Amino acid sequence: MQASTSVATELPATPRVAGKRRAAVAGGTAGLKRAHYRNSRLPFLLLLPQLLVLLLFFFIPAVRALVQAFVITDPFGTTVHFVWFDNFRALLASPEYRSSVWVTLWFTLTQNVLTLGVAAVLAFATDRVIRGRGLYRSIVLLPYAIAPVIAGILWAFMFNAHVGPMTYVLKALGVAWDPTRNGFDAFLLVTFAAAWKHICYDYIFLVAALLAVPASLLEAAAVDGAGPGLRFFKIALPMIGPTVFFLLVMNFVYGFFETFAIVDAVTKGGPGGATMILVYKVYLDGFVHIDLGSSAAQSVLLMIFAVILTMLQFRYVERNVNYDV
Amino acid sequence: MVERTRTLDIACHGLLILGGLLVCLPIYFAFVVGSHTVGDVLAVPPPWLPGGRFFENAATAWQKGNLGRLLFNSLVVAVGITVGKIAVSLLSAFAISYFRFRWRMTAFWLIFASLMLPVEVRILPTYEAVTNVALPLQWLFDWVGIEVAVEWNMMNSYGGLILPLIASATATFLFRQFFLTVPEELCEAARIDGASPLHFFRHVLLPLSMSNMVALSIILFLYGWNQYLWPLLFTTEKDMATAVIGLKHLIPQSDAEPAWNVAMNAALLVMLPPALVVVALQRWLVKGLVDSGK
Repeated sequence: MQASTSVATELPATPRVAGKRRAAVAGGTAGLKRAHYRNSRLPFLLLLPQLLVLLLFFFIPAVRALVQAFVITDPFGTTVHFVWFDNFRALLASPEYRSSVWVTLWFTLTQNVLTLGVAAVLAFATDRVIRGRGLYRSIVLLPYAIAPVIAGILWAFMFNAHVGPMTYVLKALGVAWDPTRNGFDAFLLVTFAAAWKHICYDYIFLVAALLAVPASLLEAAAVDGAGPGLRFFKIALPMIGPTVFFLLVMNFVYGFFETFAIVDAVTKGGPGGATMILVYKVYLDGFVHIDLGSSAAQSVLLMIFAVILTMLQFRYVERNVNYDV
Repeated sequence: MVERTRTLDIACHGLLILGGLLVCLPIYFAFVVGSHTVGDVLAVPPPWLPGGRFFENAATAWQKGNLGRLLFNSLVVAVGITVGKIAVSLLSAFAISYFRFRWRMTAFWLIFASLMLPVEVRILPTYEAVTNVALPLQWLFDWVGIEVAVEWNMMNSYGGLILPLIASATATFLFRQFFLTVPEELCEAARIDGASPLHFFRHVLLPLSMSNMVALSIILFLYGWNQYLWPLLFTTEKDMATAVIGLKHLIPQSDAEPAWNVAMNAALLVMLPPALVVVALQRWLVKGLVDSGK
């Protein structure tokens, strides 16, 4: 009796996604309410809408991408050849794709560090101030409302080579600036726009995490003579560690997949592929250059990225559970 | 905090003001440009302070960008996605946590797996799926040997903009986590009183989930309003585009017609509704974000 009920009573106490991995190991009843219904038809009806949408717009397309990645279709779509890994081989050998991988890597890394850094500074400052906290929070949160493409447009205008007010300032300071010609300028512009849009997200989570650090611990440390700096590094930082890790992963997800609109609004991947992130390349090759095999192979590689990132997200969740109890 | 550290407090305020300025700067310049004539915008040096033509530009943007119609489309799409996602995930979460049936874990993992397939990585095949939603049915007919041609094209329809986006693993998990914290006694009592599962769902679980639903719906509304890739692909007719897409067409592509003042004014108009939502419902937004991140 003890052994069989332990799973059921333990689960509600671990109310995070990680519970489900354990659930799969424990068998069919994990993650199920103790008081539940036994009905064989109703649950299927309840699940039907979600599963139907998933089937039509997620799983079938994903399988088709997988199939297309291993075949070559002629331009008229009449003959299809199975070519094993030829599409992948051609892709990995192409200099454009390799450069796109590097651009994506540098872009996501820079954006990640920038976003998390600024958000952390603002969050710690918010945690210390008492007056005006609500106002500061409202302002920093504002970009959350702004679509990525609009964020891109705002930055594209500010730093527009001809009419941008910031370009004027830069020129007055003697800095040569032209994101339409200079690849590095374009890269910086896209990175800043992406970070500007995403700082609010990291900020919300960091402020919430800092609020959750028990005041009693901080006060006890202060009584023992620890200053603000020591308290931060020895108490607050270890306690918000899991949140920071989670945000790192989420920033990568954002950088990889959600910055499409920013690139499309600011540079369209140019100049000379300097801002050609992988997601934008999939779109261009699929819809503009109509290279189906290559586009599908790129999709498959991106899916592998996505799986890895989802797994990492999972690890955070598991660690967070241990911290919370 | 515990001790008084004046310098540190002042430094904190300074940093926050700096951060606030950084956030507001792009929006401020959009406002400045949006209130000048084209000639002023092209002048050197560019204008630094707002001008007096804000409402004229807004009227031009409204008419030139067909914004009345497009903002309405955005509203329909955003509300449709919000309601659809919440309805679909509430039902799934209820089925997974309150019923014991074969394939329960399979259904759970199928929903989970969709987390790993972001839209952006399967653009092309999903595009084909939307141009003919009945394609799988066609395969079935071909396989069975029935010679019927079925086609259901969802391009340029609200359905095409909403339906593919209403599956949500995150929302399903959020509601499932919440259901796990609901006391077992409630369901037991409902069963003893003879309530059917749907009655229990409608009259006990749904009212309890209200605050979660509100918090989540804010995030989903913003998500729906700010969609870019889907409407870009699935709306070829101008009247079916969303406001965000319409705005993109107003942006000057060449130096020949640099109507930045109208474009930036339109940008402000399009971001106004979600900005109001964020400012007015900040507390709920934060709750929703932090809850769904877990």
